Amino acid sequence: MAITTEANTKETPAATGTIAVKVDDLTVAYNYKPVLWDIDLEIPEGVLMAIVGPNGAGKSTLIKSILGILKPIAGSVSIYNKPYKKQRQRVAYVPQKGSVDWDFPTTALDVVTMGTYGSLGWIKRPGQKQKKAALEALEKVGMLPFKNRQISQLSGGQQQRIFLARALVQNASIYFMDEPFQGVDATTEVAIINILKELRKAGKTVIVVHHDLQTVPEYFDWVTFLNVKKIATGPVKDIFNDDNLTKTYGINYKVSIQE
Amino acid sequence: MLGSFAVLRKQSLLGDAISHAALPGIAIAFLLTGTKDNNTLLLGALISGLIGTFWIRGIIKKTHLKSDTALGLILSLFFGFGMLLLTFIQKQPNANQAGLDKYLFGQAATLLESDVWLMGSITTLCLIVLLLFWKEFKMLLFDADYTKTLGFNTKFIDILITTFIVLAIVLGLQTVGVVLMSAMLLAPAAAARQWTNSLGTMVFLSALFGAFSGVFGTAISASQNNLPTGPVIVIVASVFVLVSFICAPSRGLLFKQIRFIKNRRDLQLHKTLAFMYNIAETHNNTAHPHAIKILNNFQGFTKTTLQQLVKKNYVKLEGNMWYLTEEGFKTAANLYNQQSTTNE
Repeated sequence: MAITTEANTKETPAATGTIAVKVDDLTVAYNYKPVLWDIDLEIPEGVLMAIVGPNGAGKSTLIKSILGILKPIAGSVSIYNKPYKKQRQRVAYVPQKGSVDWDFPTTALDVVTMGTYGSLGWIKRPGQKQKKAALEALEKVGMLPFKNRQISQLSGGQQQRIFLARALVQNASIYFMDEPFQGVDATTEVAIINILKELRKAGKTVIVVHHDLQTVPEYFDWVTFLNVKKIATGPVKDIFNDDNLTKTYGINYKVSIQE
Repeated sequence: MLGSFAVLRKQSLLGDAISHAALPGIAIAFLLTGTKDNNTLLLGALISGLIGTFWIRGIIKKTHLKSDTALGLILSLFFGFGMLLLTFIQKQPNANQAGLDKYLFGQAATLLESDVWLMGSITTLCLIVLLLFWKEFKMLLFDADYTKTLGFNTKFIDILITTFIVLAIVLGLQTVGVVLMSAMLLAPAAAARQWTNSLGTMVFLSALFGAFSGVFGTAISASQNNLPTGPVIVIVASVFVLVSFICAPSRGLLFKQIRFIKNRRDLQLHKTLAFMYNIAETHNNTAHPHAIKILNNFQGFTKTTLQQLVKKNYVKLEGNMWYLTEEGFKTAANLYNQQSTTNE
């Protein structure tokens, strides 16, 4: 498999030195068995990071715990050196597409507008300004012609782009995305990755739960291997190797990367 | 109105459970106070309804049971307990006990003016809360996790919605009773969902349907002797649902079927035309006649399709032969392009 990593390394501004997300001793369990065990993680500002690991490794759980959707048993999370609760406005979340009922009676524009609700706060209604922001985000993901579509009449890839647009509206510094490439066609995948790279160019930090190991070196510049415990984290060109893959997936994995 | 939220949360049976759970509250309130004052009894119903609801939520959260199991469990537990208490009350030497069973099946005729005022004010309150927290309600229903990441207190919103659903149910108990209340909550919402794809319209329509069922049901039962009001209201509401299922323009069964048949016909027509086009193309002269016989091998070809094509002036017949008209040839040539553009 020939992959040109050259382009990636050029646009990587990862050297700002600031830590965007810091996770300390995070342990999460649903029942008896821990899903995440003692995770320590530092994510530098400005990286496009993949979280990889087998099914049930706790990838989604890690994101959900960082975002406070799940309550960890132990551990703490800080965003730019402050507790997450004080930094919510700087963080945006793209949930798994399958986590909501797409038959809900609402339109694409409406869903994207939800991204502005956080900055609006309680009770206040979205106005012209919010609508404009939502339309711009729809434009960015190429979904403007579908703004008034009922969301159940969108294809899987289009639904995913709507979710992405909703996060873009939040205008955050850090984006967490749970399998944004799941079940989308090649066109949508390219569209999404281009947006992610644009975000990185703008100095944002993007953390993506990712399944397709083949595309990791092409799409991302930072990677975290996860399987209940953190196996490794760092630049793709340094640590994305057979050794770590084998440690994470437990079988002898061979993804030889041509440098 | 609030039923819309229950339906969209896939907790349709919650209404049923709550209304049944309200029964022991009514009985206990009566036992404690000894009065049949409506407000006291409704307060009891409200409290036990809320307890039932939060138990259901607790069971779903803390155990591995599915929500339908939890609902069924609480429903029968509370209802059984309520019936037990009612029987106990009836055996007591208190002459006052008669009439509690009206909450089982409801008795709209016993409504007093003060009850109507109470209902009116609570409905207004619901409306105000709904308008104020519209954005929060909508977002929570669609994507609760996401709502949480935006910094909203999802528990608070959740409790707010649930409380108002319970309130609405308890108020309706007097009219339609424990057994039929859930129909009153859900029927208008289910009917409304068929007509619209917008949450706002859905809530509005469902309020409208609910109100109409109430008015019509009462009118029908008043005009005929011995017709109980509650059940009639529910039947009227169910008629709304039935009509909506069949007739609603985009989701209704009738129009779906009509559209399905029409689409099939159109496609069949187009395919036949395309087939003819392919044959006609082999000749320099498009008007060169061909035998109808060759079309027989083409699946989807019938006499009707041919007649329709003739009617549309795409094809002309001459005895046993056919040929494409100028127009037909052009249309057929553009057919594929058109198909690909309209279906993006």
